[in-house]
Formats: sequence, structure tokens, C-alpha cells
Amino acid sequence: MKKYYVLTIGLLLIFALVSCGPAETPQPEEPEEQTPQEEPLGPITLATTTSTENSGLLDDILPHFEEKYSTRVNVVAVGTGQAMEMGKNGDADVLLVHAEATEIEFVNDGYGVDRHRVMYNDFIIVGPEDDPAGLKETAGADAAKALSIISENKVPFASRGDDSGTHKKELELWQAAGIEPEGDWYKSVGQGMGATLNFANEQEAYTMTDRATYLSMSDELDLVILVEGDELMFNQYGVIKVNPEKHTGINKEGADRFVEWIISDEVQQKISDFGKDEYGQSLFVPNAE
Amino acid sequence: MENILQGFQGALSLIFSGDREVYSIIGLSLRVSFISVLISMAFSVPAGIIIGMREFPLRKTVVMVINTLMGLPPVIAGLFVYLFLSRSGPLGYLGILHTPKAMIIAQVLLISPIITGITMASVKDRGTLVKNTAYTLGAGRVQILWTLIREFRTSIGSSLIAGYGRAISEVGAVMLVGGNIKGFTRVMTTAIVLETNMGNFDQAIAIGIVLLSLFFIINIILQRIQGA
Repeated sequence: MKKYYVLTIGLLLIFALVSCGPAETPQPEEPEEQTPQEEPLGPITLATTTSTENSGLLDDILPHFEEKYSTRVNVVAVGTGQAMEMGKNGDADVLLVHAEATEIEFVNDGYGVDRHRVMYNDFIIVGPEDDPAGLKETAGADAAKALSIISENKVPFASRGDDSGTHKKELELWQAAGIEPEGDWYKSVGQGMGATLNFANEQEAYTMTDRATYLSMSDELDLVILVEGDELMFNQYGVIKVNPEKHTGINKEGADRFVEWIISDEVQQKISDFGKDEYGQSLFVPNAE
Repeated sequence: MENILQGFQGALSLIFSGDREVYSIIGLSLRVSFISVLISMAFSVPAGIIIGMREFPLRKTVVMVINTLMGLPPVIAGLFVYLFLSRSGPLGYLGILHTPKAMIIAQVLLISPIITGITMASVKDRGTLVKNTAYTLGAGRVQILWTLIREFRTSIGSSLIAGYGRAISEVGAVMLVGGNIKGFTRVMTTAIVLETNMGNFDQAIAIGIVLLSLFFIINIILQRIQGA
């Protein structure tokens, strides 16, 4: 009996040791401990939406920033609603989100400063290939019309239902169509874009998605694009610095550099190039002014 | 079906790939939960012994509260820690939200009732006998506590492993307070959620298999201890 007890402790210790090894290496490269390069910045917390992370954009462009300033960017990918809340509470230094009206309100309320447009992509309505509601023929590029057809036919529609930028946009469209979406056919999933697309795929439901997430997952999905190109479905991403005067401990310097960096010509080009090789089209179109 | 098979294949190649990111995810999971158990053990085991054996006013209420907290939903523990550690919260000045430290705090909160509860239940019946024997042999207070820990090491060991299992396999709390930051606070469970959300089911299953295998090993040992 004692032997096993000792064995357990031993094993747990080995786990701890093993885990201490490699886990340390990719830890944040604390800029303070390195030979100071041009401007040592503390780690930056970026609150952003699931779409920028799930699409792989951030993985593609952030190493450039981290190398340039020998710092690290801690990406917390949540819905736009939660990202804004993190900004309000001072739990992030900079936000990269997509809900223009809410963003402007956020800045006007004094929670954020210095907002810039960064890039856009567009929303699309996707659905099962056989298109039971016949959106493709009847709705054309009219998103509001497409939604009214969906609600008239009571075909299943998956909604993010998580107060994210995409969810807000979807609600705007329902409003434009003059419909209060309710009923068994309207399924509020309460999860990220990827999870919602998987859900729609399994349930053969329609859903509204940003193009980037859809394209990055299209290999795994049987859903096809049915409605696209409506101006209402324009999806603008903005970057906002969290107001450093509201809370102590905000990495102001880091946020300043980050915003400068992401709207620079060089990075805008990187955004434009992202995804071209794999999908034959840009996932995001840069438009910083 | 294809996904599951690919998952098994993926699990093997993950483990032997030498991919630093994967190791860091597995390592962080093990490390955070191990530290949580160590911290929790330091006060939960003595607390369990004392509550299990002493008579004191409101003892029944305390036991009831501990038993209830054993079923504390992880996401509630996480939310609680989140609100405390948020910069607008009372402990915001620490600036440790979205770090492994925050994850450890949430896990300690989650597993302490479990370790206390199991220890408490195990010393309840035979504890007084052991205590009295030690007392008649002239042991002091600290010595008595030490004797009790030695005497009940098997069930205390089980409680620690149960706590470890709870800590390493939960996702709600660490997702919220850790933020699932790549290379920093991403652990096995949050990685599984992310891969699932991105539709990489095979990758998600692969990590799940790694997690299950680790737990299988721990359980074999647990069973041996209990059976012996």
C-alpha cells in the first residue's frame, strides 16, 4: 500500500517537473529581462472577437509586432460584448472589435480613446446546399428579404445569441426586415462563430456569418453561401485604446504602439495578403484611413 | 467516425511530434492543477480533519456548506474570481486576471471543498480512536495531527487525486479567468473548446485523448491504493 502511495507522489512530482520544463520556454518573453531593444513594452492584453482569432489572422500578423517590440500580445478572444466589457473594466489595453455603433458610444462614454478603422470583411448568409427556403432564387442580394423568407417558411436559423458584433448585426437585419425572430425555428446558440457554424451544419440550418470564419472553415462545412453583397452586411473592424485614465495598470505605451502598428501601411498590406494563398481571396480588406 | 479515428492518430502524433506549443499546453495544465492541489492541500487537509472530528457549534451547517460547495459549478467559481480580479474589482490592483495565477486561484476555490469533504468523511469514524491512542502515548497537538494524516494517508491521497482530476478536467473557470491566451494561459481543456469551435474536431479529440490517458494513469494508481 505504501509503495503505491509513494508511487503516486512520485508520479505527480514527475508530472510537475516535466511540465515545468517545456512550459517555461514559450512563456511570455519578459521584455524587462532581455537586453533592452528600441522600446521595451510590457505585455499587452488585446481583447478581440472570436472571428479574428478563429480565422487565423492574428496568428499570422502578431508575431511581427511581438518581434519588433520584443513584447508579447495576450489575445483574449471573446464576443464583442464581452470584449467591450473588458475594456470598461480596465481588463484589456486595446480592443479590436466590430460593432461600429457600439464602438462610437464606447468612446463617447469615455471608456476608450483614439478609435480607428482597421479593416472590413462582410457578412454572408449561408445555409444547406439544397436551400429549402429557396433564398438563392428569391432573395438575391437582399439580406432583409432573405430573413423574412426564412421566418415565413419557419426553416431553422441559427443565431449566435451572444451579444457579439455578429449577433448585433444579425439583430439589425431582423429589424430592417421588420421581424421579431421568435419560435422553434429560431435557435439562439449562445456560442462563438465557429461553434454556431458547426451547429448550423449539423442541424441543416441557415445562419449569418462573417466571411472570414466561413472561408477558414469551409472545408469542414456543407453549408454554402446563399446571400452576399448587401451593403447592410458590411462588417467594419475598429481598434480602440482603452482609456488609461479610467483605471490604473493599463499599458498605455503598448496600446499606442499597437494602434500605430496595425494601421501602418506595412501591416495593412499583411492583412490584405492574409488568406490569398489558401482561399484565393482576402479574408479581410484593410481600410485604415 | 472518421473524426474519431483521425483523433486517435492525431493523439499519437501530437504526443510524439515534439511540437513545443502542444507540450506547453499539456505542461501548463499539469502544472497549474498540481500547484492548485498543493496549495489547497495545505489548508484543506487539516481543515477536513478538524471539522471531521471536533464537535463545535454550527458544525452541521459547516458540513452542509462544504458538501454543497463540492458541487460548485466551475463557471461560477470562475465568475467569482473574475469579478474579484478584474481591474474594477476589489483585487484589481494585483493585475493578475488572465494569468496562470488567476487560474490557480479559481481551481483552489473549486477543489478545496472536495479535498476537505473527502478528508472529513474519512476521519469521521475511526479518527477519534487514533487521536485518543496518540494522546495516551503522550503526543502533542501537532503530533496528533501528523499521526492522523499518516494514519489516513490513503483516503487523503484519494481526495488529492480527486481534486487534481476535477482541476485538470474543468474548463469553465479557466476559460473565463485565464482567457485561453495562446502560449500563456491555454490549457488542454480550453484548447479542446477552441479546436472544436474552429471545426478541427480531430485535433480536439486528440488533445482529449491525451487528457484522458493522463487521467487513466492517475486512476490506475488510485485504484491500486484503494484496493491495497
